[in-house]
Formats: sequence, structure tokens, C-alpha cells
Amino acid sequence: MKSPTIKNDMFVMLIFSAIILSMPIWLKPLGAGYPDLLQKFAIFGIFAVGYNILFGLTGYLSFGHAAFLGIGSYTAVWSFKLLTMNVFPALIFSVLLSGLFAMLIGFITLRRSGIYFSILTLAFAQMFYNLAYSVLTPITNGETGLQLARGDARIIDRLFSDAGEGLPSTNFFGLEMSGYSGFYVCAVLLIIAFFISQRIFHSPFGIKLRAIKSNQTRMKYTGYNTRPYLLTAFVISGMYAGLAGGLMAATDPLAGAERMQWTASGEVVLMTILGGVGTLIGPMLGVGIIKYFENIFSSLNDQALLQAYSFMPDWLANIMVTITSPFVGEGWHLTLGALFVLIVVFLPGGIMEGVSLIKKRFSKTQANTETGKS
Amino acid sequence: MDAIFLQILNGLDKGGAYALIALGLTLVFGTLGVVNFAHGALFMLGAFCSVTFQKLLTISKHVKDESITFFDAFKDQPYLEIWFGDFGKTIIDYSVPLSILFAIPVMLLIGLIMERGLIRHFYKRTHAEQILVTFGLAIVLQEIVKSMFGANPIPTPAPDIVSGSAHIGVLFGLGESVVYPWWRLIYLAFSGLVIAGVFAFLNLTTFGMVVRAGMMDREMVGMLGIDVEKKFTIIFGLAAVVTGLAGLMYSPILPPDYHMGMDFLVLSFVVVVVGGMGSLGGAVTAGFLLGILQSFASMNEVKAIIPGIDQIIIYLVAVVILLVRPRGLLGREGVMED
Amino acid sequence: MRETRMSDKKNSAGWSRRDVMKAAGAFSAAGAMPMFFSRGAWAENNFANNPGKATSIKLGFNVPQTGAYADEGADELRAFKLAVKHLNGEGDGGLMNTMKPLSLKGNGVLGKKVEYVTGDTQTKSDAARASAKRMIEKDGVIMFSGGSSSGVAIAVQSLAQEMGVVFMAGLTHSNDTTGKDKRRYGFRHFFNAKMTGSALGPVLKKEMGTDRKAYHLTSDYTWGWTQEESIKETTEALGWKTVKTVRTPVGAGDFSQYITPILNSGADTLILNHYGKDMINSLTQSIQFGLKDKQVNGKNFEIIVPLYSRLMAQGAGKNLKGILGTTNWNWALKDKGSQAFVKSFGSEYGFPPSQAAHTCYVQTLLYANACEMAGTFYPPEVIKQLEGFKFDGMGNGATEYRAEDHQCFKDVLVVRGNENPTSQFDLLEIVQEVPRSQVEYDAKIFGGELGPYKV
Repeated sequence: MKSPTIKNDMFVMLIFSAIILSMPIWLKPLGAGYPDLLQKFAIFGIFAVGYNILFGLTGYLSFGHAAFLGIGSYTAVWSFKLLTMNVFPALIFSVLLSGLFAMLIGFITLRRSGIYFSILTLAFAQMFYNLAYSVLTPITNGETGLQLARGDARIIDRLFSDAGEGLPSTNFFGLEMSGYSGFYVCAVLLIIAFFISQRIFHSPFGIKLRAIKSNQTRMKYTGYNTRPYLLTAFVISGMYAGLAGGLMAATDPLAGAERMQWTASGEVVLMTILGGVGTLIGPMLGVGIIKYFENIFSSLNDQALLQAYSFMPDWLANIMVTITSPFVGEGWHLTLGALFVLIVVFLPGGIMEGVSLIKKRFSKTQANTETGKS
Repeated sequence: MDAIFLQILNGLDKGGAYALIALGLTLVFGTLGVVNFAHGALFMLGAFCSVTFQKLLTISKHVKDESITFFDAFKDQPYLEIWFGDFGKTIIDYSVPLSILFAIPVMLLIGLIMERGLIRHFYKRTHAEQILVTFGLAIVLQEIVKSMFGANPIPTPAPDIVSGSAHIGVLFGLGESVVYPWWRLIYLAFSGLVIAGVFAFLNLTTFGMVVRAGMMDREMVGMLGIDVEKKFTIIFGLAAVVTGLAGLMYSPILPPDYHMGMDFLVLSFVVVVVGGMGSLGGAVTAGFLLGILQSFASMNEVKAIIPGIDQIIIYLVAVVILLVRPRGLLGREGVMED
Repeated sequence: MRETRMSDKKNSAGWSRRDVMKAAGAFSAAGAMPMFFSRGAWAENNFANNPGKATSIKLGFNVPQTGAYADEGADELRAFKLAVKHLNGEGDGGLMNTMKPLSLKGNGVLGKKVEYVTGDTQTKSDAARASAKRMIEKDGVIMFSGGSSSGVAIAVQSLAQEMGVVFMAGLTHSNDTTGKDKRRYGFRHFFNAKMTGSALGPVLKKEMGTDRKAYHLTSDYTWGWTQEESIKETTEALGWKTVKTVRTPVGAGDFSQYITPILNSGADTLILNHYGKDMINSLTQSIQFGLKDKQVNGKNFEIIVPLYSRLMAQGAGKNLKGILGTTNWNWALKDKGSQAFVKSFGSEYGFPPSQAAHTCYVQTLLYANACEMAGTFYPPEVIKQLEGFKFDGMGNGATEYRAEDHQCFKDVLVVRGNENPTSQFDLLEIVQEVPRSQVEYDAKIFGGELGPYKV
């Protein structure tokens, strides 16, 4: 593997930042340029980028990262309820607390590897979910989800003003967390998160993690104790998940238990694999595709399709609607599933594989250095 | 005493189902090395074999209800009843057990197509890619079933004669009031039979010997010049049949819906891993163990001491076992640890 | 109505922390943001998704299209589409022929054509909120509706309040929706667990007497708990004893370990506080355990399913025969409104509507009618028209949207699984139409507050 230059890294960062920050503009024609979805892209981007530090570098497949997402969300909402509507302390608490839980769970689960590790993480996450849904309702408000109430304490806010008539909204030192401003806060955090992840990928620490992936036994023989490295990676990715969870609550102050279900953990796994495991950009692409399907494809109905085909003659438009309608709206799951199969069959290594294939075709000399493949 | 006896029965019954589901998964896992996230979908397809068969038997002559004018309301009469009278009725009544005959070839075919068409190209790929492709496949299968049968559960009752309860308590000197549903007893016996059958097949036939050798060391068997590919196809087909039958026989207890596979997916993985990768005996032991523990954890007496224990018991046991025994109950070193 | 914005939030010093922060935020953000999503400026001509001079308005229909309640969601969607048709003056007009008082003219709403967008809630709070936000932020809906679970309804209802867009709830049965989690921008036409209890009480007394021992199996989440509480309250008032209440995990699948303890508990009645798949499974399995054929304390063992839906009736099949429960509405009702709706829906789709479809259809018409009455789409005015609105001819007899908690009060149906169905749709037999007066309760008992008109 050619070692990437600092200059190259900076270049990637700049391009990445420009693409992320200009999302409201270039996603508009795709129907995805509205605040909520933009926020989701950024937030799940953080989640997936963090998850990739563990899975992509070490090969440890965790099926329990949704638990940290949930912990981050609950922590943030409690911070809004008890302290202040400013998201800054909330996010700090989210990251710290999920980091703490990640340390605890990582300490236990990393005693095993392979599928045994996966099932251990899955078991922890499911326990968290089941308890949050039922017995822990006093803390989590169960099925309904933890919400703000007008009568919440909000100690810090109360020092400055009385409670208003309605529910207060979250802010980042005055900047509204809903709408486009909320997206920009998330986007900046995503860029920082991406930057840190890039540094980790290219640091000696990152190289050790990759060595663990390629051959843990050999690492051990050479005298390395791999556990501390693994645990560090696990905690970092847990903190990323906590940040993402905190941001979910910050942009939309409600935290539900289903955020911790195994399907939610599975979603980030799928996003990462779909985009390209172990590549820096891949997970972001995976996030984009899955969230786009969930929010835009699911909303297409016959009426919307007819409009889309309005440039065609009527009879053709009708035929096209009949053909395509099973794959959109309520059929969006089907399309997504088929897409998974097709991508993995034709592009082993995810979408990034496809990207680098195209690149190779254009310039045989410049092999895929920045994708970080070894 | 009665309560404990019944909970043991519940546990065995649940355990039988868990073991049966896990058996197919561990075959695919252990021999083929494929993380098959479409395993739950096979269970669901099995259950829908009984639905399909029932629908086929009850193809009906529509007699329009004239009192309703705004839409077509029918009083359906199945042709089988029209042609054969009471005998037709009996056949329909027995649709679930009869559908076994229908399900075996269907599930075998589905298994073969899945393996030949998709899974076999993934033996050498990473686990991550196996997960993505099988998960995608599971979604596609699920959505196809949904588009055919809707999202609602569909009742598939057991034959009348076994739809009630057996006074099983009398047999054990426990009194009249200790009863247990016939169908659940049948399910228990059935799962025992299938498990025994699979074990006999693997232990008493040459084919089985190769499979077991493959579970120990796949490359070695390949090097010996045995046509592993063909064997793998057959194993996958066998796993599909076993899993499908597990789902089919469960359909009177749990009216099938298109999503039921996902509900069982996590559970089947937990059972297999707790049992230990690459061990059929482990999967069966773990299935029964988890079933019984789950039943006991749901007793009010236990819940009073540890609230919510019935919600997490399976996972808690999984964690404890995996920490005490690194490779599950009966797992071997080196299987799926990379 | 024309107040300066935010005046209600200012403190004595004449400025609020929020205003200062807003100013600071706007200052720092203005440069970077191409399209600042402005909120908070509330006046009659400037509110969320004001259609202004546009010739059409958009409504959002947010229903489960994937997951366990997808069929129910599909039926809700059918009803919504039908309602839009009728509002625009197409089709046979449906309930617009029977609704009284009626301000709708069949030319859209306030002369604007009605369009709609759809979305998938997946029966998950997060997905439902994301979908609702898409409708509000991208598609510009002025009202949204739908739902098949109370958790989702409550989650999107609070979103409605935050965003200032009215939410007309579909199927949601928890007391909390119009109880402790009620919102000014949320309205519920469907009945709730408390009303189920009140309606069932007298029928239970008549059919099963006053000396019964009840055993509850309850889904372990908020809806289950509120229903258990309401039913317990009713039955204990009749003189029944509660032997035990047992919580079961949602989606348990196999309930055998919860059913066997009932056999020797001395109970003679089982109450299943389950919904959807859980209820289908627990009922099917209870009957396999022979509970319905049992004799305890010299009485026939009885099973009660307090909340029925068509989804459950189909899934449970013949196990449902003879089992009592309640429902919001049924297509077999003979009043003019119900008949008009069944006719219209039936001739459009070829089968009768479910109660979920009915409530969604009615909700859409009620909202449109309130806009017409208010003469504007400005939410505070529309809400004021809906609050305390009395109407008739929509099924369920004379109905009132109570102003205090936005709960509709109307007749409730006590039904029984049909022993001898005459057709494939004839699953439930109406035992009694319990009059509204019998299910009314004091709005204060559940607490909670609606919140402001202007957000």
C-alpha cells in the first residue's frame, strides 16, 4: 500500500467538506434537499463513519452499536429536560456516557472474536432494547419515547428566563437545531468526525488495527497485546454512535427504544458494507442510499409517478406506472433488498469498489490509495 | 408442582422449535461457512407452504350474498367439499399435516435454487458480503410473500381432532386439570423425530461422514478429491427442508405472516452460537436449554424477584455461556472465528 | 388575532433570552445559509405551509406500509384517497351527503383543490416522524393524518405541535393520546381504552355476572398498561376480583409460558390486553390450551379481547367465535352515515371498509370542514372550529369533539366474534351500541395539557 501524503488527505477533506456543505443545493433536484433528511444524512454519516473505525479497520463485526445510539439519545433528552435546551452540554454528555457504556461492553465482548463477538454485542444491545421498552419505562418512557414537557426542570435555562407557554426548542448557543441551521451544525460535526476518522486511518494506531484484522495471532506472537487497541477502537466508535444519537435527539427531541433494536444495529452494518467496508467514504454512500430509499422511495405513489412520467404520452405513462409502482411506495423494501443483492453480486467490496474500478479504467497508474485498501 | 411440570413441557416444546430452527442454520454455517441471514426467510417460507396448500385445497365456488349490494360478499364453498362431501371436509381439516408432502419438494427446490443461483458464489467471499447478500435476499423473499398473501397473519388451524388439549396430567399422576395442547405435543415429537433423522443421516451414511469431515476441515475434504460442490448443494437443500418443516409445523401455533422470519432470525443465531459453531449437538442442546430457561424465567414467582427477566433471559444466558465457554457449549476451535 | 410575535414569551425586562439567542444565531448563520427555514413568525398570513394564493393544498397521509400493520395502513390509505375524491367533488360524495352540519361544498377546501402525499411510518416512532417531517418540510402539507399504533400517534402528535401543523390521528386507542400526552395540534376521532372499559362493563355484567375472577395478560408497554388499568377499574366496580395481571413482552410469539399458569390460578375469565399479532397469537394459543372449554368455579371460562380490529379478526379466524370486545365502528351498522360510507367505499374497492379506514376518512372530512367554517387555513382558527364541534351523520350517532382534550365522544360498539358468519366479511356481530353518555368521563382525570394555539 502506498502511504498517502498529507497533501492528499487535505485534498480529500476539502472535497468532502464542500460536498457535504453544499448538499442542500445539489440534493434539491433529487427531492432530498429538505432539512430533516439532510440532518439524517449527516447524523447517520457520523454513525457509519464511527462504526467503520471498528468494523472497517479491525474486522470486528459488532451487532450492538444501536445501543450506543440509543444511550446517546436518552442522555441528550434528559439533558434537555433537566439542564438546558442548549445542545452543547447534551452532546458532551451523550458522547461521554455512551463512551462509558462502550468501555464496559467492549471490555466484556472483546474477550471473544469472530461470530462469538458479534453475538455478544447483539445480546447486549437486545437486552438494552427490551428493558428500555418495558421495565425501564420510568427512564425511557417506553414505547411512547422520552419527550420534553413544559414542566421539566431545565435548571440552567430557568436561571435566565421563565418557562414559555409552549415547549422550548433545542439550540446550539442560539442557533436553532431544527431546519437548515440544524443541518449545518450536524454537517460541521460530520466533517470533524470524518477528519478524525481519516487521521485514525492513517495513524500508527490505525495501522495496528489493520494488522489485527489481517492476522491477530501473528500480532500476539510478536508481543503485542491487541486488546487495548481493540477496546480503544470500540470505545471510539461507541462515542461516534453516542454523538449521532445525541444529534438525533438534538434535531428532534424525542428518544424511542426502537432506536436500539437489532434492526437498527443491522442498518449501520448494511450501510457500511453497502458503501464499502474499510473505505473512508464508503459508509457515507451507504447511508445516503439507504436513507434515500427509506424517505423518498417510500413516499412515491401512483399520483407522484404519473407526474414524473408526465412528459410521456398518456398510454405509455400508464404502462410505466403499472410497471414501476410495485417497487416504490409500499414496495420500497423490495427495491432495497434487490439492490443489496445486485450490488454485492456485481461489486464485491461495495460501491467504493465500483468507484475505484471506474477510476482504474481512467488512469491505470493512480491506484486506489485514498480508499485505504491494503 | 403442576406449574413446574407444565413449564418444563413449555420449555421442551419451545426448545424443540428452537433446536429445529438452529439445526438448519448450523448445517449451513458449519459446513458451508456461510452466514445466512435468509435463514429466517426459509422458516417463513415453510410456514407459507402450509398457507399455500390450504389455499389450494380451499379453492372455492363463490356463492354471492345477494343481501349486500355495494360490494361482492361471498359465502364460499370449497370445491373439495362440493365434490367429495364430508371426505373433502376432512382433507381440508388436515391441510397442515398434509402440506408436509407439499412442502418437502417445494423447500428442497427453493434451497437448491438459492444455493445454485446465489449462495455458492459467496463461499469464498467475506462474511460481510454474505450478510449483505443474504439479508437482501431475505427482504426480497419477504416482500414477494407479502405481495401474494398480504401482511396480515393467516390462520392455519391444526386438524380438529388435535386442536384441543390432552389430559396429560393423568399420565403422570398429576390430576385432571393438567392439560397440554395436542398440537404442541405433536410438535415436540416431530422435532425429536427430525432431529434424530438428521443425526442418523449424518452419522450412518457415507454422505454424512463427508459432511461431518467437512465441518471439521473443509479444505482437507476438498483436497481429497471429493466433489464438495455437489455435496454443499445437497446440504443447503436439506437445511432448507428442515427449517421449512420447522416453520410449517409451527403454523397452527403461530399464524404465519410475511415478517415472522425476521422475528426468528436473531434467535436462531443466538441458539447456534451458544451451542457452539460447527456442532449439531450443541445447537440442539442450546435450543432446549434456552427454551426451558425462558419458560421458567416467565413464571410470576421468578419475575417478582427479578423484574423483566423474561425479556432478557435468552441474551443473558448467551452472554454468560460465551464468557465461560469461549466457543459455546460444544463448539470447536477455528470455526467462524476469523 | 394580530399580536406581535413571541410577545407571550417576553419577560419583564422586555426581551427574552430566546430573542437574543435568535438574533445572535441569525447573525452567525445568515452568511452560511442559502435557505433559512423560518419558524416562529406567526400571523394569519404567515404560518407553516400557508397555501397563500396557490390553487391547491396538500394533505399528508402517513400510514404503515411495511411491517405488521401494513394491511391496516393500506386500508387507511384507501379511505384517505376516497376522502380526497369526495372533497374535490368527484365520486358519489360519500359522507358529505349525510354529515350535519356541513360547510363543505365539493369544490375542494376553500376553493382550493385537494392533493395528497403519502409516507411509510413502518410503525416506528422515528420513521413516522421522519416521514411526517418530509411531508411538512418538503411537500408543504397543511395537515397530516394516519397511524396504527399509539406510540407512533403520540410521537407525531408532539411533532405536529412543534411544527405548527394539525395532526388528525388515525387508529390509536391509548388513553395517553388525548390524556397525558394530548396536544393542541392533535385530534382523535377513535375511541380509547377508558371508553372501552365503560362500554364493556354493563355487557359483561349482563352476560357474565358480578362474581368473576379475572386474569390479565398485558402487553408490556404503555398502551397495554392503560388498557389493563381501565378494564380493571371497570370490572372491579362490577364486583369482579382480579386474580393476577401478568406483563408479556411485545412480540413474544409463543405465549405458552404465560398461559399455563392460568390453568390452575382459580381464575374463570381471561382478559387479553394485546393488540395485532400479539393478540392473534395469544388468543389462538389460549384456545389450544383448552381455556374456552374449561369450567371453573362452576362457570364457563370466558376470554375477553377488549379491543378488536378487522386485522385481528381475520388473523384469529374461527378462534374468535363468541368472544366479546369493543370496536370503534363496523360496516354492518345500519345508520345512514355508515351505510353511505360502506356504499361509497364498497363500490370503489369491492370490499367493505375497516374501522381504521372509517376513522381516517372521517378525520379528513372533519378537518376540511373546519377550514371551511373558519374561512382560513390558519391553524389556530381551524383548531378553534374543531374544538367543541358537534356533528352527526358520520356513523356512531351524534358526536362531539371535546374542547378540553380533543377526544371525540360518540357511541361505542360492543361486538362478539360471529358464530355463524354469512360471508367472508361478516366476522363481528354487534352486541350493543353503547350510547355516548355511558362512556363519557371527566377530561381532567388523565392530566396533561394541550399547549398553545400559536407555536
